[in-house]
Amino acid sequence: MSIAEKFYTMEYGAAPEDPKEAVQWLERHHRRFEEFIGGTWVKPASGEYMVTSDPSSGDTIAEVAKGNKDDVEAAVGAARKALPAWQELSGHERARYLYALARQVQKHSRRLAVLETMDNGKPIRESRDIDIPLVARHFYHHAGWAQLLESEFPSYTACGVVGQVIPWNFPLLMFAWKVAPALAAGNTVVIKPAKYTPLTALAFAELAMEVGLPPGVLNVLTCDARTGQALIEHPGIDKIAFTGSTEVGRIIRKATAQSHKKLSLELGGKSPFVVFDDADLDSAVEGLVDAIWFNQGQVCCAGSRLLVQERVAETLYARVRARMETLRVGHPLDKAIDIGAIVSPVQLETIRRMVDAGIAEGARCWQPRNQLPEKGCYFPPTLLTDVHPSATVVQEEIFGPVLAAMTFRTPAEAAELANNTVYGLAASIWSENINVALDLAAQVKAGVVWVNSTNQFDAACGFGGYRESGYGREGGREGMLEYLTPKWLHSLPPAKAASDREETPDEQNGFAPAGATIDRTVKQYIGGKQARPDSGYSFPVYGRDGQLLGEAPLGNRKDIRNAVEAARAASGWARTMAHGRAQVIYYIAENMIQRRDEIAHRLAAAVGEEQAAAEIDLSVQRVFTYAAWADKYEGVVHHPPGRNITIALPEPVGTIGILAPTEAPLLGLLSLVLPAISAGNTVVAVPSECYPLILGDVYQVLETSDLPGGVVNLVAGRPAELGKTLAEHDGVEAIWCFRSNEEAAMVRAASIGNMKQVWTNDGREYDWFSPTQAEGRWFLQHATQVKNIWVPYGE
Amino acid sequence: MVNRERKRPVVYYVQPRDKMEIPSNTALQPPASAHSPAHAVQPVQVVLNGRVLESNRRIPLNLDWVEEVRVNTSAVERRAATHCARRTVKKEHQAAWLLRAIACMDLTTLSGDDSTERVKRLCAKARNPLQRHLVEGLGLEELHLTVGAVCVYHTFVETAVKALEGSAIPVAAVSAGFPAGLSPLAERVEEIRRSIEAGASEIDIVITRAHVFNGEWQALYDEIAAFKETCGPVHMKAILGTGDLMTLRNVARASWVAMMAGADFIKTSTGKEAVNATLPVSLTMARAIRDYAERTGMAVGFKPAGGIRTARQALDWLAMMKDELGRPWLEPSLFRFGASGMLADIERQLEHHLTGRYSAAYRHPIA
Repeated sequence: MSIAEKFYTMEYGAAPEDPKEAVQWLERHHRRFEEFIGGTWVKPASGEYMVTSDPSSGDTIAEVAKGNKDDVEAAVGAARKALPAWQELSGHERARYLYALARQVQKHSRRLAVLETMDNGKPIRESRDIDIPLVARHFYHHAGWAQLLESEFPSYTACGVVGQVIPWNFPLLMFAWKVAPALAAGNTVVIKPAKYTPLTALAFAELAMEVGLPPGVLNVLTCDARTGQALIEHPGIDKIAFTGSTEVGRIIRKATAQSHKKLSLELGGKSPFVVFDDADLDSAVEGLVDAIWFNQGQVCCAGSRLLVQERVAETLYARVRARMETLRVGHPLDKAIDIGAIVSPVQLETIRRMVDAGIAEGARCWQPRNQLPEKGCYFPPTLLTDVHPSATVVQEEIFGPVLAAMTFRTPAEAAELANNTVYGLAASIWSENINVALDLAAQVKAGVVWVNSTNQFDAACGFGGYRESGYGREGGREGMLEYLTPKWLHSLPPAKAASDREETPDEQNGFAPAGATIDRTVKQYIGGKQARPDSGYSFPVYGRDGQLLGEAPLGNRKDIRNAVEAARAASGWARTMAHGRAQVIYYIAENMIQRRDEIAHRLAAAVGEEQAAAEIDLSVQRVFTYAAWADKYEGVVHHPPGRNITIALPEPVGTIGILAPTEAPLLGLLSLVLPAISAGNTVVAVPSECYPLILGDVYQVLETSDLPGGVVNLVAGRPAELGKTLAEHDGVEAIWCFRSNEEAAMVRAASIGNMKQVWTNDGREYDWFSPTQAEGRWFLQHATQVKNIWVPYGE
Repeated sequence: MVNRERKRPVVYYVQPRDKMEIPSNTALQPPASAHSPAHAVQPVQVVLNGRVLESNRRIPLNLDWVEEVRVNTSAVERRAATHCARRTVKKEHQAAWLLRAIACMDLTTLSGDDSTERVKRLCAKARNPLQRHLVEGLGLEELHLTVGAVCVYHTFVETAVKALEGSAIPVAAVSAGFPAGLSPLAERVEEIRRSIEAGASEIDIVITRAHVFNGEWQALYDEIAAFKETCGPVHMKAILGTGDLMTLRNVARASWVAMMAGADFIKTSTGKEAVNATLPVSLTMARAIRDYAERTGMAVGFKPAGGIRTARQALDWLAMMKDELGRPWLEPSLFRFGASGMLADIERQLEHHLTGRYSAAYRHPIA
């Protein structure tokens, strides 16, 4: 076609990015890559290789080593060996390495972008303008944290050797999100890139060599999922960070249940994209393009559920369809396309299957007439309407360019639909009324909320999910904390094994009245009322001299069920003003002081007079501490690039199950319950079986302190048994177990169902009498999760 | 009242203008499909999202449409910024797109020191925007490429008309108290009448910005309607003075009023404001044009003016029009650049396309 003809057709034509430099780099490596272990390229122990291919053509790009268990061993060994010297470095010295890595990424940005696009299939515009610049930004930001580590995190130290497993959708960006904070905090790393997309991780390893990163500090293992599991299970790993599907997240939870490995999981999503009738609809349409047609929809935080206010639904749908017609699907290396290739034939098939299932369930499917390339893995942008919350395509993550659209009438219905999901990663809210937008932003259960925008990322702003979208944050201060642990934690004595303790006697074989008079009835405390145990049984409680102190209610599953129901019904506590919560908590202290002597007297029979006095006096102080914190544990405001503020808001986790420690029946219980309620959570706590009668004293104090019913629920019984029910309960968002390793393992295993957050004593016996260990930010961090609300501004 | 006889579909031609025989009954062929040959000899209807559009004519002022305007500035800025990153044209396509920019250019001189000679020079360049070796080298002889129009002050209309005689290049006059629009209404109307009498076939009017700031939509509507009434069939472009209006919401509201008042084109700026045509402003106006077309079935043209100096910018704007409004808005009948320096940069780029060497401005005849 001549220029004159093109003058009339005005087509875009091809605008290919030249892959020459990237290809040369591949050739220099003879298109075969070893693993990066201990600072050098190491041949796989198996001698086997696997291929990675270009999804736009199906052609093999290169062979990469297929690591096995021996390679895992070698890599973890190298990381372990490198750890002391790396930790020995000052923050400044580590900062210089991270800075050098940021610089090196920028210097080779185009090669990395082209490689990423070849390996993953994402449009070169995205890898060039979004992925790689964010990678560099992440290393710069964390060079800063390394520099400030000693002054900003003075009581923390690195976790140790970190095992990281990352997905294929943002290969190098996820690599940066994992590696930068880990190294900044002083950890050494073994990272496994995804099988489909190992190349940029290997290219990065080469950059690390170029900047002279000490051998073993960063190790890159290429292997399949099975070997990845070996990495997860390796006893030499102290912390695991994973990004990927909720399904694999569950497997990891299960595989690590027996260990004290610290976990952060960034999992799937089905994020709502809410459009109110007063939104700028044309901008909302572009927002959808960025939400669901970014990276072919293979984005964990993709706005895949469109919720639009009924009055403007048809208008919006029409504009979305018109916009879809102008989306260009094509070769990922073409600089003027919007949608590239799906990462693999397997993923393409999954998308097809799910869309077909959606249509079979009654969805109306609309796809534009855009031409798809004949060869390669492509799927057209797709809009599904006539869908309902019960539809598979609304409930399950598709991980493809597929948008499911529904309508709502009122803001309340929008919130209900938005939260009607097991996930909670992100949300996008469109309205020109800041009141409307922020009201929903506060209600939506998601770790990231974008007002009038979508898929915005910055290293300073934490990213991570609620519910089954995982826990832990990446980016910002909260992201650094995922790779740090309190210095005092590792010097604590080991927790007592469950077998070392007296079994809780039950009525059948343990009841030995010994002639004492029983003049005090202690019940369960559920929903603000004293309640008889559902079982109708009680069990005897003995003092340390073996004397019978009284009888405690023997709780069962139904007591837990009732307690969780009561706790969930009391969720309004989270919305109570912080000042109001503080007053109630102060009042608890006041009432406790009034009863000090009688509580101490009774407690003395179990723990001795000295400890009893210390427990009650420290308890009063601790109550004051958390009354003080109630209106002071606050968020920050980030200033990401552009005209944006990002409000990082610590929100309560929800309903927390607490298995109190045996060491200090009163102080230990309160040390866990108080931070939880101070932050706005509701609690179901199981007191220690050593002296469960403390429950009677505690609820009498609570009852007289204006604490709304259901905020704290106390159920006595066998902690292991009640803990299992709590851990399995989908209505419980987190469980804290400060007991034996056996119980911690049980709780971890039982809580996988809804991926609830688990916090344990890491096999240590906390010193509840030490304020530096037993109160403050470390506890409040676990009682909250950070929600980042992005608010752009400008007229 | 709407004049029924003036109700006509807009057409554009995928064929050089001077070779076109317009069917006497104006019965139109179906729109060109993707399979039609590139040089299909047929007028093509202006279609937006499957709907055939007519040319714009005045409709009663609908204040709801003005009040309903929603423009989220940050979101518009993001879209404008990423739009440029999403689209690019290379090699022969780029050359063709740059030629398109020339065809859609209102070659303009609006300086206090304008002279008859300068206007004549401009007209000569308008007739032959590219040097002979470029026309031949790029194989454009059959294209008979000229700019879209020549745009001057009233004083030079006659000079320009004379200089462009026989070329079919229209002369546009800036009018109605350009650039501030603050002279008495009667004088502004009279100014339009005189320019038309002098031979201008396009009139670029300016609006009273105060009407926008004060929300005096009826007054704004009446003013523009009066200008259009005076113009009659003469093409009228309404300059909104977007640099003065400051906010995108003001830009969108003024766009709606101007379209309802019957403007054939809406135009960003005078070139005399501190900030002139920007991509976010243009995106806002393009979206208003699209929404207006969907509501009324009528097509309004768009003219960004001022501050567009480079070939790269020309491509950004063309791509935005193509994606936001479609192929018809790449025709001079619906899209113009107001520019003076841009042509020189385009020539340099075409020279580079032809020779592979980077050219220098002095090697190309000035306008």
